[in-house]
Amino acid sequence: MKAFSYQRADTPAHAAAAAAAHPEAKFIAGGTNLLDLMKLRIEQPAHLVDINRLPLDRIEALPDGGLRIGAMVRNSDLAADPRVRERYPVLSRALLAGASPQLRNKASTGGNLLQRTRCYYFYDTTQPCNKREPGSGCSALQGFNRIHAVLGQSEHCIAVHPSDMAVAMRALDARIETLSPQGAQRVIPIADFHRLPGATPQQDTNLKPGELITAVTLPPAPPGVQLYRKVRDRASYAFALVSVAAIVDSAGGRLRSVRLAFGGLAHKPWRVEGAEAALAGAQAGDAAFKAAADAVLRGARGHGHNDFKIPLARRTLQAVLADASPRS
Amino acid sequence: MADTEGGWRVSRRTVVKAGAALAVANETGSAAGAPAAPTLQAPPGSEATMRLVVNGQPHELTLDTRTTLLDALREHLRLTGTKKGCDHGQCGACTVLLEGRRINACLTLAVMHDGEAVTTIEGLGSPEALHPMQAAFLAHDGFQCGYCTPGQICSAIGMLAEARAGMPSHVSADLNARVIPITDAELRERMSGNLCRCSAYPNIAAAIQAVARQGGQG
Repeated sequence: MKAFSYQRADTPAHAAAAAAAHPEAKFIAGGTNLLDLMKLRIEQPAHLVDINRLPLDRIEALPDGGLRIGAMVRNSDLAADPRVRERYPVLSRALLAGASPQLRNKASTGGNLLQRTRCYYFYDTTQPCNKREPGSGCSALQGFNRIHAVLGQSEHCIAVHPSDMAVAMRALDARIETLSPQGAQRVIPIADFHRLPGATPQQDTNLKPGELITAVTLPPAPPGVQLYRKVRDRASYAFALVSVAAIVDSAGGRLRSVRLAFGGLAHKPWRVEGAEAALAGAQAGDAAFKAAADAVLRGARGHGHNDFKIPLARRTLQAVLADASPRS
Repeated sequence: MADTEGGWRVSRRTVVKAGAALAVANETGSAAGAPAAPTLQAPPGSEATMRLVVNGQPHELTLDTRTTLLDALREHLRLTGTKKGCDHGQCGACTVLLEGRRINACLTLAVMHDGEAVTTIEGLGSPEALHPMQAAFLAHDGFQCGYCTPGQICSAIGMLAEARAGMPSHVSADLNARVIPITDAELRERMSGNLCRCSAYPNIAAAIQAVARQGGQG
């Protein structure tokens, strides 16, 4: 691990200002991803701002019926919160499908959103990687790309975002609250938070230097059944090959509203609102579910080893929709 | 304090006393509207002084800020019961209880835990008076080479506490259940962060199950 200067922040304002004062600063929260990357010298921050003592560890009810989740709420506490379990089960389920209990006890809400990809070549500092070293090339394109993206990728990067939590939050239309080093607050819809790789895969998110995530807010829970289905290489403690977060409201065999978000397919949690709109009002059944899968996966492209993800995503989506909508 | 960085004479052996930094923070940090000063700050490659309560014993340690909690325990406090397996949070051999919750000691810095309490395998029982979980691992032969065992035992204790607190898991059928029966599926899912390369899983599961059935503190 390269040497860094370290300071502990007491207030969000102090943390953001401290990070902005150092060009190569990083916030450290749980550290479960950052320290792993620092040991491998993939991340080499010159300065660490420890935000573990910030008063951002509460989950508060909002007047509109939503929830505000402090950025330092640990993944295990968020998954177990009675309000989340009852009203946002897709979020509990997604969190519980991710990592191990030890990691969830440490990992924070803000940090989970900022996880880096687990692309093999991002981790292998002897190989070119545009995300790690812009301009060096993408080794995954012609290499082992079984875990890589089939949607939204570019010729510069085919990495996927690893988070389960963010997929559920995408289906829930979460908003991310931030504080800038100048003290300005802003709210970023989760749809606009993560980026597609394009020509700048080194930028995972639209956060600005020194901008601190302070909270994630959830709007009131939408009506319907909430499900999270994760397909992976082993039954526990593995990243998703494909995951689906679904919120399905139906009555008498007819779908009223559907929300669908996907993990494992793209550089960000993937959602196709057009496919959801086409399902609204449709009779629940194989025909509608197949049409939805067509719409979601339109334009999907594999790179050899990951071709299987396209039919896998299709089948997983159809299975989740069938589970979520009782036939009349 | 925010601007003191330029004022540091950066030397590898600069030692920052947390207590001194705290005193400065108290003097300067509470003016109305002004951001509070940091309570601890250390220049690059430097050491910081921190207090850790390990197995009930307070310790003051002055360590390179890069030192993980795992290395602080093993290399500086000579508590080598906690094992280093992968050093990347994948195997669970380094599992300890931090303020009662199980974590991977390899993926956190000691300096982040200034003032906090850690329990390691050495703090659970003694050869003369084993912790019930240690006794159960012996009774059920819950190991072969033994390298993962301290992590397994700390993890199992943390796991039973989580289940008693009603925390659900990936395999819990009812997210809102108040009482969680420790079925084999629950146990295996909840212990998936601890690998055993000898694959002693059947006996590890039996040992933990025995403690769970006793309703013991695990």
